[in-house]
Amino acid sequence: MKIHEYQAKEILRQYGVPTPRGIPCFSVDEAIQAGHTLAQPVVVVKAQIHAGGRGKGGGVKVAKSADELKTYANQILGMNLVTHQTGPQGQPVRRLLIEEGADIKKELYIGMVVDRKSQRVALMASPEGGMDIEEVAAHTPEKILTVLIDPMTGLTTAQANQVSEFIGVPKELWAQAEALFQGLYKAFDEKDASLAEINPMVITGDARVLALDAKMNFDSNALYRHPEIVALRDLDEEDPSEIEASRFDLSYISLDGNIGCLVNGAGLAMATMDIVKLYGGNPANFLDVGGGATTEKVTEAFKLMLKNPDLKAILVNIFGGIMKCDVIATGVVEAAKQVKLGVPLVVRLEGTNVELGKQILAQSGLPIISANNMADAAEKVVQAARG
Amino acid sequence: MSILINRNTRVLTQGITGKTGMFHTKMCQEYAFGRECFVAGVTPKKGGQSYEGIPIFDSVKEAKDNTGANVSVIYVPPPFAAAAIDEAVEAEMDLVICITEGIPVRDMIRTRYKMQGKKTILIGPNCPGLITPDEIKIGIMPGHIHKKGPIGVVSRSGTLTYEAVGQLRELGLGQSSCVGIGGDPVNGMKHIDVLKLFNDDPDTEAVIMVGEIGGDDEETCARWIKDNMTKPVIGFIAGVTAPPGKRMGHAGAIISGGHGTAQEKLAVMEESGIKVTRNPAEMGKTLKSVLK
Repeated sequence: MKIHEYQAKEILRQYGVPTPRGIPCFSVDEAIQAGHTLAQPVVVVKAQIHAGGRGKGGGVKVAKSADELKTYANQILGMNLVTHQTGPQGQPVRRLLIEEGADIKKELYIGMVVDRKSQRVALMASPEGGMDIEEVAAHTPEKILTVLIDPMTGLTTAQANQVSEFIGVPKELWAQAEALFQGLYKAFDEKDASLAEINPMVITGDARVLALDAKMNFDSNALYRHPEIVALRDLDEEDPSEIEASRFDLSYISLDGNIGCLVNGAGLAMATMDIVKLYGGNPANFLDVGGGATTEKVTEAFKLMLKNPDLKAILVNIFGGIMKCDVIATGVVEAAKQVKLGVPLVVRLEGTNVELGKQILAQSGLPIISANNMADAAEKVVQAARG
Repeated sequence: MSILINRNTRVLTQGITGKTGMFHTKMCQEYAFGRECFVAGVTPKKGGQSYEGIPIFDSVKEAKDNTGANVSVIYVPPPFAAAAIDEAVEAEMDLVICITEGIPVRDMIRTRYKMQGKKTILIGPNCPGLITPDEIKIGIMPGHIHKKGPIGVVSRSGTLTYEAVGQLRELGLGQSSCVGIGGDPVNGMKHIDVLKLFNDDPDTEAVIMVGEIGGDDEETCARWIKDNMTKPVIGFIAGVTAPPGKRMGHAGAIISGGHGTAQEKLAVMEESGIKVTRNPAEMGKTLKSVLK
């Protein structure tokens, strides 16, 4: 789960990470008021969307007067912000963060992720602050230091100092930098984060270490023990189909093709998208209905896919294991009747009671195209989508 | 022969009184030598009861001491599953198979840390389990699609493993063992660990390795195969069409920072002499083509 920058900063402040003072705003009036409250000669107007690259897209502006603040707030709030992470369709800005300006002497990078190989939290640091860390990793990997954190002892002072030295924090500020790193790790650990980034972490003219930007993502498997994080969810930032899917415990991802895929199991669902593409089609979605493909779930899945105006055909690919094919076939038939399918439906069933399942499909009176295996199914659905 | 489990394995089920634990224990009991293999169940505070003739104990240690179980399978709900693994490790089980999906990564980091230097091997979490056809099945896979034979199967995905097994069956090829290592980012056995066992197993002649986007375990395994594997391996990677930054169902199936793509994995596998197919309908056919 993702949250906004201002929310991440609020969390980090609770863990002693210093940030500029800032106020989240939902209207231009609130932004103007925030400017008065902060009473600073320079404030920054920052678009709050979940995607990165906001500065380059025109979503971050430095205001040197109340008039400028008003102008920028007007400009940014409600704009459709396009960044390399939003895709070409962009993301409308509904929230702003008005923050006091900082006198930046140095911009550095600090991030934390779970390192799968070592099975520990890794702190990554680079003197190249303000840049995309993927870019740095691709072109100048020697400028990234990775430190693995022992889950029992936590980040040690020696490690913190190693990081400070590597990224060029002046020695007299090492204690400040360590406090920031420790706070970041503690927040990461206690809040079950999956990613935390401070980019840039800055050193100011008055010798302070500050988190100028902040990003946090959270492990969705751990949200059950963090109602305070769930409360930060901003549904405006999420794909409406994916929100709908999550209500029915379906794993759904929107894609840009026109062939809907309904599959049981994540691996098979990915492989189904792949084979559709391989046979010249374009998948409209990833959809894993899970182990128990009940009538209710299949119905909801059909409804979701049918909301897509580009949809030209649907492929149901089920490997019935514990869940028997006849039960699944009954579910598919019921669901297809309920939602009045307007597009061709190709169904491939395999596994337990497959013959019985196929019989149910054939006798349903519905124009279901039956397929014998994955290749056959892909071929048929691609053809059906072409019309 | 087989790897990891056979008809002499003795299994205890942690979470045997839950709906999932009950259902699958029964299914496993009904498969091949299941009645002899499944000897104990564990649910705290339900010691002394029994299920389908299987005695239930309060703790793993008690169950192990009383029945001689050496392998544990876990169906405990996510908030308590990591602690269940810890308990099995403390009781020095040989092998722990954790089926549970949805365990927080933070819990698994701590559990894996505590497992360092211990004898217990972990498979999963978030996995279908493993099966040695005609002998024993531990997990949630449909037993009847499998048959005994010379092919090893290892995969991060459940239904995609069944798909591979189904294709092998069509071609008349049976399996030595099939291992689902699970779809989580922080887990126990990796592809490489399973491949090492298949390499040493005299009854495995060739291996299907099924991977998916996220992480670089497949690459690590491929490089090991290039230098060490004496048997043919074929591969498939799911998620060529997966968009970056999105979790594709499995917690571990995500392309992050441009890494963990299917293309990257396929390239390294091909360089390592693994015959890969980009068509998931041709896993069986591809395997057959490399058999001597």
